[in-house]
Amino acid sequence: DLASAASQGGMGIGVKFPALLAPPSSPEADAALHLLQDASLGSLTVYVVPETSSLLPQGISVYVGKHRSALVRAGGGLATLRTRIRQLTQVMSFTASSIAAALSDRVPDGQLSPDARRHLKSSLGYEITFSLLNPDPKSHTVDWDIEDAVNRYVQPVLDKLSLVANFSVDSQILYYAVLGVTPRFDKESSSFLLSAHSLPHVINPVEARLGSSAASLYPVLNFLLYVPERSHSPLYIQDKDGTPVSTNAFHSPRWGGIMIYNVEAPASPQASLPLHVDVDMVRVMEVFLAQLRLLFGLSREELPAEFLLESLGNEGLADWELDRLLWAHTVENIATVSTTLTSLAQLLDKIGNIVIKDDVASEVYRAVASVQSAMAELATGHLHSAFQASKEAVTSSERAFFDPSLLHLLYFPDDQKFAIYI
Amino acid sequence: MLAAAALLLLLLAAGPGRARRDALREELLLSPLPAGEVAATFQFRTRWDADLQRGAVSHYRLFPKALGRLVAALGVRELHLALTQGFWRTQAWGQPPLQAPAGAELWVWFQPTVTNVDKAWKELSNVLSGIFCASLNFIDSTNTVTPTASFKPLGLANGTDHHLLRYAVLPREVVCTENLTPWKKLLPCGSKAGLAVLLKAERLFHSSYHSQAVHIRPVCRDASCLAVSWELRQTLTVVFDTFSSGQGKKDWSLFKMFSRTLTDTCPLASQSKVYVDISPKNKEKELLEVTPTPASVHEAIVQGDKRTYAVYDLLSPSLFNTSRSLNVQLKWKRPQDSCYIHYQPAQDRRRPHLLEMLIQLPANSVTKITIQFERALLKWTEYPPDPNHGFYVSSSVLSALVPSISAMKNMDVEQSPLFTSLFPSSDGSSYFVRLYTEPLLVNLPTPDFSMPYNVICLTCTVVAVCYGSFYNLLTRTFHVEEPSRGGLAKRLANVIRKFRGVPPL
Repeated sequence: DLASAASQGGMGIGVKFPALLAPPSSPEADAALHLLQDASLGSLTVYVVPETSSLLPQGISVYVGKHRSALVRAGGGLATLRTRIRQLTQVMSFTASSIAAALSDRVPDGQLSPDARRHLKSSLGYEITFSLLNPDPKSHTVDWDIEDAVNRYVQPVLDKLSLVANFSVDSQILYYAVLGVTPRFDKESSSFLLSAHSLPHVINPVEARLGSSAASLYPVLNFLLYVPERSHSPLYIQDKDGTPVSTNAFHSPRWGGIMIYNVEAPASPQASLPLHVDVDMVRVMEVFLAQLRLLFGLSREELPAEFLLESLGNEGLADWELDRLLWAHTVENIATVSTTLTSLAQLLDKIGNIVIKDDVASEVYRAVASVQSAMAELATGHLHSAFQASKEAVTSSERAFFDPSLLHLLYFPDDQKFAIYI
Repeated sequence: MLAAAALLLLLLAAGPGRARRDALREELLLSPLPAGEVAATFQFRTRWDADLQRGAVSHYRLFPKALGRLVAALGVRELHLALTQGFWRTQAWGQPPLQAPAGAELWVWFQPTVTNVDKAWKELSNVLSGIFCASLNFIDSTNTVTPTASFKPLGLANGTDHHLLRYAVLPREVVCTENLTPWKKLLPCGSKAGLAVLLKAERLFHSSYHSQAVHIRPVCRDASCLAVSWELRQTLTVVFDTFSSGQGKKDWSLFKMFSRTLTDTCPLASQSKVYVDISPKNKEKELLEVTPTPASVHEAIVQGDKRTYAVYDLLSPSLFNTSRSLNVQLKWKRPQDSCYIHYQPAQDRRRPHLLEMLIQLPANSVTKITIQFERALLKWTEYPPDPNHGFYVSSSVLSALVPSISAMKNMDVEQSPLFTSLFPSSDGSSYFVRLYTEPLLVNLPTPDFSMPYNVICLTCTVVAVCYGSFYNLLTRTFHVEEPSRGGLAKRLANVIRKFRGVPPL
């Protein structure tokens, strides 16, 4: 029956039958219901509406809201309802494959789908850098209002993601930075093309100019906007089957994304150089934010036909997507801590006379305690406290493992000491 | 339609709509030094009207992001880093425009908000070591000081508590191409356009003095000084010695020094100029000629001295009209040809050094010519049988035309006596003389020639003793010998011994 259907789906799911509601459309219903529930992190609320209700549009049987709730049409019997709720939990919460993807660094190759190793590793913070590459400043003077675009489009998403990690954003403009690959000229379209197999070679020469983030230890996500030279305009990226990519952009997992912004040739060939270009930040930020979602693994898989997702507006991220990320990161953190502490134990076994200082020992104890509390919280479904505990565990274990006093070379094996004496 | 087109062009020509908040100026100063060398000083200055202290987000254009983030994250108020190779010879070259000690020098003023200055100093030196590929991470408390009286801030300062200052020098640091490349990467145009195209490593490090520096400090934004801008200055000073590389003349040009000429301006620079010091030097009363003709001349008082500079403005379109490249050349116009030097360095075991100089000696004076040399070790078969005697350096030759007191008449060679006709004289006012100096005996380091003999003796002895002992031990056998009754001689001897009373054999 219903209780068993609910418990089959996962953790923290409550099934409610509300009173008949008058509002006509699903988004308004969702917003109104949002005020009624206590949407704690990791929880999921499913409202079952009668089959004949007009709350959901025709042909749609499941409506996924942007907060942690969904509307399901009851119909055709309990089996259909059970199937729909199971599909819903697979979309809105974690699945076995998503957890396996989080552990992808520790699972042998054969068992994973090809997409598994693409998502960014869990870290305490990320740095995002937007760079504008202008290889030909004599022909183009490019201006972009990045400060406004960041405040308006990027900051809301990062504010939503601030639970996951600390984010810092900056931008730069690089001149005379060229792509490492010479594009091919295509006569039919009279444009230049970059084929898909030459794209990996583009990143390396550019990365030398980007500079490393000197003042912090967080991984860096680079988003580059490239304005091609006048002699290589217009430039398009070719897909594997030869068609130009519509957004003219590509991204590299765990690194960032590159978008090519073509400047229209001036109407009259005698226009004075340099041409002044004002970048359309809306188009650019659409692509960069989509790439950011892909890099974090927030992409949407194919939904069954009867599902409808609410549009997200400026926030760019639904609450349940944030929950999925937190589940994956918590599991990954716990796995990282166990690997680190295991390596530390193996090091102690190998070098018998290593000296462990008191603060290193206390960090190890704290890491173990945090991991245990994280796993206990996960078992009861308290996602927020589990995530905080796993973050603390990672910090403590890294601090213990990377302590300079544990340097392997400081300790000689005993037989080498005897060799010196002999 | 025409009016609309004209309006459109006007809008385009009015320049970018947004007011830029940063500006780049670049400058090259060429000064001939009294001894004949040439000093070239590059300065690239980026000024950014922004506040690097507050604000979590910073958007960089001309100011390099690596240094900007460093200044903001570590609370740096002023930063001065200099990497130098060589020493500025003040006696021969005059006063330096910017001098730095040999090796690496780093001095930094921190903001008053920094609580742990030592921790910030350590982190700063490590990060700079990564950015500039120099081993600045060896800076620690053993080579850091806090000066109380000197090294006051060069930019805006709000009160100077000297506990916020740190100064360190690494004299052993070597400067080479891997330090120049990241320095060039910080420039907005890189080394692709503008004055930075001249900075090629293979010529820059072939010099007598090379110093590159980075200076970051806050400055007033305008005359009223209500707001603060950040200024980044990158300077590079290099001294070229044209004598040893060339034909002995003091003429030089950009191509001879850098093996490149200026072809392009950096489109991001608001000012890009080359200054050539053409002040007359009184001692030699020489006249300088600079080609191409400079567009303007600038006079300034520098280091207490009034100097004249020829100015080439790279941004003016008339400069590149005639030729696509700019090669500044300097020629000395002398009243008489007075100095010629020809030097041919030696090649080991093939030819010796040759030095020829044509000089004019002033009256009643002493002229000293000095040459530095190093003593080297030869191969052991190249030593003469008496090596401790020393090696001879042949005499120097002085040939001169000396004015004669009384004029001579041109006479026929056949008629005049032999002692007057050895050296021909072109006119009667001077006579030719050739003088030789004493030969020089130089003591070179000689190895100990008895060592091979000693080694052979010792080795042979050791081998003989060891081998002999082993051979003895392994092959010596012992036999028991029967005492024999003896032959006739022995019996006779025994008889005689019995008579004497001595025991028998």
